[in-house]
Formats: sequence, structure tokens, C-alpha cells
Amino acid sequence: MSRPEGMRSSRRSLQVKFVPDEDVLKHISDDAGTKVRKDKAQLSVSVKRFVKKLENISDNEPQEILEEKNYVAALGICAQDPVGNGSNISGGEVYSFQTPKRSNKMAELASELAQTPEQNVAPDRSKCPEKMAKTPQSSKLSILNCLCFSNFMWAEIVWKCNLKKKEFVSTTPYRLRKRLAAPDPYLESESEYSASCSEEEDEEEQKEVNTILSNQKTPAKTKAASTPPPRNSLAKKNKEQKMGNLVEEYFEAHSSSKVLTSDRTLQKLRKRRLNQQTLHDLLKNTPLAYADEIRDLNQQHESLFSKWMLQLHLGFNIVLYGLGSKRDLLEKFRTSLLQDSVHLVVNGYFPSITVRSILNSITEEVLDHIGTFRSPLDQLEFITKRFKEDSSLELYVLIHNLDSQMLRGERSQQILAQLSSLPSIYLIASIDHINAPLMWDQAKLSLYNWLWYETTTFNPYVEETSYENSLLVQQSGSLALSSLMHVLHSLTLNARGIFRLLAQHQLEKKDNPSYPGLSFQDFYQQCREAFLVNSDLTLRAQLTEFRDHKLIRTKRGADGVEYLLIPVDDSTLTDFLEKEDEDV
Amino acid sequence: GCFVFKPSTKKRRLSDKTAHDFRTTSNDSEDTELRFVTCQSLWNQIKSETEQIQENLNKQLLDNLVSFLSRSHSDFQKKTTEWTCRMKFREIPTAALVLGVNVTDHDLTFRGLSDVLQDNVTPYVALLEAKDCPGIKNLMQKLMGQLMNCDIDVDSLEDEDCVQVSQNRIRCSMSSLISWYDSVTKKTHSETPSKKRNSSSRHWQSPPVVVIFKDMESFTTKVLQDFIIISSQHIHELPLVLIFGIATSPMIIHRLLPHSVSSLLCIELFQSLSCKEHLSTIIDKLILTSRFPFKLGEKVLQVLINIFLYHDFSVQNFIKGFQLCIVEHFYSQPLSVLCCHLVDIKKRVYSLSHDQCENIRRLPSFRRYVEKQGSGKQIELLTNDSFLKEETEKLLEDLHVYHENYVRILRCLHVFTSSLPKYPLGKQIRELHCACLENRVWETEEYESSLQLARMLNKTDLVTMLQQCVEILMSSSGKEFDRAVEKLKKFLTQFQNLEEASQDRDVSISPQKELQKKTDLYHLQKTLLELKESRRSKKVTKFEMLRFEVVDYIDSLVRRYLVPAEDRTLHEIVYFNAAAVLREHLNAAPRTALHTALNNPHWYLKNQALKCDGGGISNKAPDICIVYKLHLECGRLINLVDWLEAFSTVVMAAEEPNADAASSDQVDDVIHARFIRAVSELELLGFIKPSKQKTDHVARLTWGGC
Repeated sequence: MSRPEGMRSSRRSLQVKFVPDEDVLKHISDDAGTKVRKDKAQLSVSVKRFVKKLENISDNEPQEILEEKNYVAALGICAQDPVGNGSNISGGEVYSFQTPKRSNKMAELASELAQTPEQNVAPDRSKCPEKMAKTPQSSKLSILNCLCFSNFMWAEIVWKCNLKKKEFVSTTPYRLRKRLAAPDPYLESESEYSASCSEEEDEEEQKEVNTILSNQKTPAKTKAASTPPPRNSLAKKNKEQKMGNLVEEYFEAHSSSKVLTSDRTLQKLRKRRLNQQTLHDLLKNTPLAYADEIRDLNQQHESLFSKWMLQLHLGFNIVLYGLGSKRDLLEKFRTSLLQDSVHLVVNGYFPSITVRSILNSITEEVLDHIGTFRSPLDQLEFITKRFKEDSSLELYVLIHNLDSQMLRGERSQQILAQLSSLPSIYLIASIDHINAPLMWDQAKLSLYNWLWYETTTFNPYVEETSYENSLLVQQSGSLALSSLMHVLHSLTLNARGIFRLLAQHQLEKKDNPSYPGLSFQDFYQQCREAFLVNSDLTLRAQLTEFRDHKLIRTKRGADGVEYLLIPVDDSTLTDFLEKEDEDV
Repeated sequence: GCFVFKPSTKKRRLSDKTAHDFRTTSNDSEDTELRFVTCQSLWNQIKSETEQIQENLNKQLLDNLVSFLSRSHSDFQKKTTEWTCRMKFREIPTAALVLGVNVTDHDLTFRGLSDVLQDNVTPYVALLEAKDCPGIKNLMQKLMGQLMNCDIDVDSLEDEDCVQVSQNRIRCSMSSLISWYDSVTKKTHSETPSKKRNSSSRHWQSPPVVVIFKDMESFTTKVLQDFIIISSQHIHELPLVLIFGIATSPMIIHRLLPHSVSSLLCIELFQSLSCKEHLSTIIDKLILTSRFPFKLGEKVLQVLINIFLYHDFSVQNFIKGFQLCIVEHFYSQPLSVLCCHLVDIKKRVYSLSHDQCENIRRLPSFRRYVEKQGSGKQIELLTNDSFLKEETEKLLEDLHVYHENYVRILRCLHVFTSSLPKYPLGKQIRELHCACLENRVWETEEYESSLQLARMLNKTDLVTMLQQCVEILMSSSGKEFDRAVEKLKKFLTQFQNLEEASQDRDVSISPQKELQKKTDLYHLQKTLLELKESRRSKKVTKFEMLRFEVVDYIDSLVRRYLVPAEDRTLHEIVYFNAAAVLREHLNAAPRTALHTALNNPHWYLKNQALKCDGGGISNKAPDICIVYKLHLECGRLINLVDWLEAFSTVVMAAEEPNADAASSDQVDDVIHARFIRAVSELELLGFIKPSKQKTDHVARLTWGGC
């Protein structure tokens, strides 16, 4: 059902119709069992047909769902599913096509999400939580929800149209902020409106037709109540929606390689960038949401520990997948069961981990072998031989994030797979990346001999992401600064002066976003004036040295002039100059 | 990043440990020891059985290969100097071994091959894999290492110089290889007679050097070409034979090697058994037999077969799945202690504890059984342990007998269904087996239509089928089918008689035919009318009557013996039916799990606040879910600022009621931090990546959205 929803894209009232269908479906059909599933599919087909009449959706949809169902049945997936893995989702939902996106879509969803619970979901639940599942009343309620929701959407459209009318073009986030700061009159009117409408709906029958009808009525009333909305544009929209079909949307999504996003940058946000430490502190102080449920979830997984041990000993290796950090889980496994045996813990997320270091720690620390190897393959051979010779040797290997950047290469996986195929090496690993299973071909899979375990923990990836040069964290902070200092301290005084000059110049121009860098000629002139160089050859030699240490970058401009730039952000540069001043 | 932990205490032995795991893990401590032992012994039996099967299946192929090898270098041995032979010597004898796409099974085949070769043909066998040979140098190194090592094995560490050689890593070249070969063969000639007999009895004189390329497709063409060209230069001095392992089609040789190189090879093609046949044999020997007490349920078998057919064609994986089934069954079912051979059942049943008896009483199939009994027996069954044990033993024996009969009749039925047009019940016996396990097969439409078709079989087919059935039923040891065999034999004789009778009738008809020969119009008309009359009146011939009888009899057999296992009492003890567990562990869908967790956190976190009708999620969902949901609304690039704003809108709305007292700035920072965490988590999961296309943007790595 997710697909049609995704297709609503720019057609507003399409959404209005779809949500109720889905809700009705949800309530009519339970979520377990094959039979019900079948019913559900059929039902969805029939409902879809109905909808199709109304809005001209291409035929393929229901067909496709049926086919998908057949395939699923053929795979034996319909077998009952006791524990919570969400595997009864069809592939089409997970791997969907690209759909056309508009720039303000996200903001809309945000406001939608922000809105929902206050309006209806929460109170409804508090009133009749247990009835929600079965009674006919509940389905009515959900229809009401959707109605209110759709009303809200209508109101928003109206409101936006108004904005347009006033020639007031704003980016969405601005709108959001505004709405957050002061409650919007239209939104208020909308909530009043939804109340009245739900009363009206109570008297009526709860059929989609009616819903749609009333939906079409509602905007008219909104018109009457508030400012008159542009009627033409609405009509036009409806027309557009009728014409829309899958194929067009597909090409729309793929036609332009250009992506339209707003130009706002974080710097304009006037928000200081957080560095790693403050980020860590802040997150430590915020309480983890749903801690109880997460603990329950983890306890479920922990009950499997001894089963894992058994299966490891029987020659299988275990791989854990699912959302959430599995580090704590594995750590608990280690402390509770592996205390008495030799084991190796590999933090795959560590940015400088290599297969070599894993093999080294096996040969050096587990096998107490001193000496080096010509290649990892030799090393592997040595390990294999030792483990085959001595049957009393056994080793547990725990790898956090087997799919990390450093380990996901073909060769490393090959070596690890061969290692894990040794009968007395027991491997238990975790993967997180969505495409992690693509690392393994049939040969590797058979070497690994995996048993898959879903361990969704919802734990935050604290350790795993701390190494990642995160997008928003103040990058290049202390590390870049210290490396700058380090390199410069090994240079001559003149060289340092040259670099200072460049840095100062760059800082002066920091407000100019299109600053190309300092041109070589200007720079030479300045250096001469400061008695730092006596010929442009010496300057060039110096610059080469800088470039080798990646302190500067040169760029050739459109006019063929060479421009010099320090690829470090301004704050670091300021810090650097301050430090330099202290030293001097 | 790597940390080794070594315990200070003494290690326990491995076997103890495994048993210990089994013990501690099963929630009830009943008979775990025994269960584990049973499980292990069963698995070992099955493992050896499968290996045996594999060996038998490969025998033909290996024999062919060995004879090829012997042919290929017969000239070399004769040391002929004819011109034609010398021309031929330019070509390296090559065996192209087409093994099919199930790469994982090849390993076993190659191991068997090299064992056979080393036992019967030559000690000099080298197995090369593409991953070890990125260049010609590595290849030679690997080759020489293996050859010289195996030489040591054969000549029993006596020749120290050989060890020295391999250790010193003398330069790896063809000439050194040849000199090594010369020295080795000379040595074997000059050795003491006793020794010589030892080696030459198994191997030929001047044995060929066999080089096996396990996965020919993965070798780089350059390496292969170089190797072939170089070795073809030396083929006079070194009797080299190549074996290519090919997963795709023999065409690949010509695609990999240019004509100039492939003309240096004298290729002979060998085809291994297809993996499907292999699987059929395995199923035949492991599942459709009463040798093993453990059985697979319908769904489980379906899952295993589907993984095989839809995913990998790997028999190895099928067996692995079978192993997992065994382990799971013995691990999770406390009563599986009774899943043993018939001889042990009595002893085990009588040593059951009270708790185990309660377990039996709790079995659904047993409850159904109890309900059918008279009230007096019901009370006895439910209260008296020893009575229950007697009854259990009887039921288990019944179950065992049921199996034996089931398999026979299944095979009989398969004889019929496998020859029907369009195969309504499936071509393979495994399909029929699944259909019979699933529900009462005689109630299905497919069965109905196959009976219809069977009623239209011709006589010769029918007779051969009946003969096959008789053979199948005769092979059973019990007396169960004596009557059935008798009956079938009677049918056969009846058919025989029918034949004679029809011959008689033919004789009687023949005058009619003679009439037709020479006659006038009137007579012709008359005879035709007569014929017509007779055809109309003779609606059912004798043969047709008999055919109906046969089919009805088969039908009655089916109804009697092919009852689905789930209808049998105590089937839970021997049948493993947890297909979902199996699928989860063998055929997992990590992406789906992530999808569910992100879109519907309520599935995992059972909190009311997370529950949300419709496709959406509530705004109280975990941060990562909200961030994920928001990012779905974007195109290829996502503006971080917009994203952050949207996120904070949602989060603030969710928190507003309780946390408006806190200073806005503080909250902002916290939200910012949470956002950063969620985004970097998404990055770790591979949904987004940083992009340099535009400042403060990230690129999406997945399509679509909902």
C-alpha cells in the first residue's frame, strides 16, 4: 500500500482518498496468518479497483500485488511467523522506485507529524484503546481521523494559496518556524472545522464514497468560512491529478538530473557547530526514549546466548542484523559466556582496522608466534596449519560491524571467510549496512556458514558513529589544528611566515563566499615585501613543500592564474593564528 | 581495534562444552544429555550417508577422468619418437569439467577428485584457486609448493633435500620444475624394490603432473595464457595434464583464451551430474526412507527446497539446512528424546519422568487422540503414567509402521503420477511428498484430475506401472503389503487374460474383416451398421472395467496409507515443523527488518504511544525513525538545514506539553545533538552519504519512499 501513497506526490486529494482505504483495510483484516493475508490482498485489490474508477490509476497495481503474493507464497514465506521480524513485508515495499519529489515535501510531512497526535490519535486511544482493534466504531474513528487529517491538508493548501496570492514567497522552514512561534489562524480554523465535520460524519454512513464526497464539500465550506481560495487552481489541480499516471511520474522522477533543494546552509543558521565532546555530553544527558521497551527487547535477545554457543560449536557462525547497535549485546555475550575461553574482539567500526591487524593479533597473541609474514595469505596459511595441528586450540572471534568501510573489501572478506571456516574458530559478527549482504557471494557464504539472527535493539550507535567523520559535527577540529601545528613547527621560520601570510589573507576574505584564493603573483609580491623570499623560485619550492603536506591547495582560475587556498575551515585557521601568536 | 582476551583458568574440553551448552540452554532439564547424544549420532549418520551418496554420484565422472588421464600420456610413457606423436606433444591434454553453477558444492567434488588421483594415478596433483594466483609468479609458486610438498608426503620425509628446496624457495620456473620432476622420477626408479613396488603399484611409471584449476572463470586471462604457453613449450619433458573446473559453459574457454592459446590445448569435455539430480538422490536417501527417525514437516521441506531452487542450487546448503533442522528439533522439543530408532523406543519410553509424561499429555495430537477414546481410557491416559507409557510406546510403533507404509505407497503413487500428461501432482517425488504431507491428498483437485487421467492410460503403460508397484511393494520387509501385492498380481494376470481373450475375439472378428474385403454395397452397409451397433452397445469394455478397478484400488491404498503426518498421534515427536525459524536463520532479510524497524517501530517496541494507524508513524517515535521518515520525502539531495528544521518541528511538537519550561536554547542544542546522532546513524546504515555537490547537503542512496 505504500506505493500508491508514495505516488500521491504532487496530487493532494489523491492522498485524501488513499488514507481511508488503508485504514479500513487495517481494521477489517488482522495482521497474522496466511489466510487473512490472502483476504487482505484481495480486499486491497477490490478497493483499489474501486479507487481506480475514481481516479484513473493504471491497471497494473492490483495485478502486481497478486503476482508478488504468489512469489511470496512460493518461497514459503507465508508460513506463520512467531517472533517479531517484519519479514511479511513484500519486497515491493522495501525496494520502491524513485518518485518525484518536491522541495517542501519534508517540511509538510514534519508539520503533519507534529500535528497528528494533538488532533486525534492520542485522545482516541485514551478513550478506547482496546476497542481500536475490533469494533466497527474503531473503523469509523479512523476514518474520522483521516478526515480531519485531510481537512488539515486542505486547509494548508488554502493557506498556501493565500500566501501565493500575497506574492509572499517563503521557504518552508520559515513557514514552519512561523507556525511554531505563533499559532496560525488557519490552522485553528481547520481544527474547529474538523470537529464540525466529524459530527456530520457521524450521521452519515462510513463509506469511502461519502468520505470523498464530504471531502469535496469541505473545501467549499472552508471557502465560505475564511478567505475565498482560488477556485481555478483547485480545479486545475484535480484535472492534473486525473492525468497523472505511473509512467509519467516515473519519467518525471528521472527526467531532470538537477535536484532542487533550498540553498540554506548551516552557517546561516547562526548555530554553533557542536564538537564531538559537547555532542557526546548532550546526548549522554538526554534520556533514552523507550528505555523499558528496549530493555525488554534486549532481554529477548539475551535469552538466545546459550543457543548461539551451541550453534557455534556445531560448526555454524552467527551473524546479527537489525536496527540498533549490537555492540552492547555482543559485549554482554562475551562477558557472560566467553570468560573462560580465548577470544578476540574486533571493532570493525574502528577507522584504521585492517585484516592484517586481525591476523597479526591472532598470530602474535593467540598463537604466540614471533615473526612477520610476506602476505596475509601466508599468514592465513600459517594460522590454518596451526589450528589444524592442535585440536585443543580454539578461538572465539567477535567482530562488531563486519561490514565497516575497512573490512568490506573483497579480499578482506575472503580472508575472514576462510578464517571462519576453520572448525575451531567460532565467529560471531554483526552487520548494519543495508547492502551488507552484497559483500558475500555464494562461495564466501558457504565458507562463512552463517546462521542469521535478527537482533533489533534500537540502541543508539554510540561507538560506531563516534569515529565516523560526522556530517554536522565540527570537523577537522582539534585533529587538523594539531597536525597543522606539528607540520609547521618542523619548518623554517621563513616558511612559517609564508604560511601565516596566506592564512591571514584568507581570514580577511572569509566573508567573501566566492573567494578564489590568493593568486600566486600577489602572494609573491606580499612575500617579497615581508622579506620572506627573494625569488619566485624559492617561493615555489616552499609551496611545493606545503602542497606535499596537504597544507595548501592550488587551483587554476579561468584566466589561467594560479590561486592558493588553505583547505581548512575558518575557525581552525583563527585558532591556529592565535596559537602561533602565543608561540612567537 | 583488535583485542585478545585470554582466560587464566584451564580450558574445558570441547565436547563437554557443547553438551554443556545443550544442557544449560534447554529450558527444562529433561533428558538433555540423551537428546544431545541422539542428535549428534543422528547427524553423524546423516553426514556420512550424504558423503557416501556424493561419492557414488561422482564415481562415474571420476572414472572417466582417470581413464582420460591414462590415455593422455600413454605416448609419453612409450617414449615414441614418431613425428605425429611429437606434433601431438605440442598440445597439452586438458579436461574441461563442467560442474554447474552450484559453486559451493564444487569443493567436495575437487577434494574427491584429487584423492582419487593421488590414490590411483599420480602423486603429483596441484589444486589452484584464482584467489591465490593474481599473477603468473604466484601461480608457479603455489604450483611448485604443492607439488613438492606432496612429493614429501609420498616419499616419507626421507628426502630432506626436498624439504630444503621448498623452504629455500628456489626460483620458480618451468626448468626447475622439470629438473625436480626428473630427479623425483629417477629416484622412484632407483629406489629399493620394496619401496618401488609400494609406489609403482598404485601409480604409473612417470606419472603425469595434474594441475587443477578449480574456478577457471575467475582466473585472469593473462595468467592462464602465459601458463599455457610456457608449459606447452616443455610438454616433452614434463607430462602435464590440466583440469579446468567450469561453472558456466565450455564456451568460456574460448572466450578466455585466444585461438593461438587454445590451439595448444587438447580439450576433452566432462559433464558432472546436475545438482537437481543430486538433490533428488539426497531427498530419496535421507527423507523418503524409514532409516532415520527424524522427519521434516511439509513447510520445512518446502522452505529448504525453495532455498535450493530459488537461491543457490547448492546441495551443501540443503544439507546444512537439514542439520539446522535436526539441531533445532532436538533443542526445542523435550520429547525429541523419543525420536530414536525403533529398538531404543521401549527403553526410553519407560524411563520417562513424570514431567515428560505431562509433556506428552500436552501435545495437541495426543489430546485429540484422548478425546476420541472412551471415558475410562481417557482417565487412565491422563492420570496413570505407566499406562500412558504403554500407550505411547504403541503409538510410536504405529507411527513407525505408518512411515514405512507411507514411503512405499508414495513411491507407488509416484509411478502413476509421474507418467501422466502435464503432471498434475508434480513430476518429482518430492513434490508429491509435499502434497501428501500438506493435507489429505485425495481431497485436492490435482489428485482428482490425476485419477481422471489415470483412468485413460493405455494397457501397456498400466501393466508396466503395476509391475513397478509390485516390485516396490515386494521390497518391503513387513507383511503389510502381502495382500496388496496379491491383488496387484491378480490384476496383472487379469490383464494377461484380457489380452488372450481379446486375441480370441480378434480371431472371431477376423471373418468379419474378411467379409469387408470383397463385398457389395448392401453387405458393406449392413456390416457397418452392425459395427456401429456393437460399438454403441459395448460402452465399457472389459479392459476399461479392469482399469477402473485398478485405479480405484490404488485410490483406496492412497486413502489408507497416505494420511498426512499431522493427523497422526504423537507426530510432534519426530516431525520438525518450525519453518519460520528455519527461514529466519537461513534466508534472512536484513533489509526488511530494518525497514520494519524504521517504519513501524511499534512492531518491536510495544509502547502504546508508538502505535499509529495508517502508514505513518507517530511523532513520538525514536529519533532515527522520524529522521528516516522525513528523508523519504526528499529527492537525491537533502538539505541538512531543512531536515534539521523539520526534525525539530516534529520533536518539539511531541515534547511541547511537558517540556516548555526548559529554556529554548538548551532544548535546541539537545535536539540538534539528537539530530546529528540520527543522521550519522542513517549514514552508518547506508541510507545517505555526505555529498560535495552542494554545501550542507547529503545524498540519498535509496530510491522511493512511502
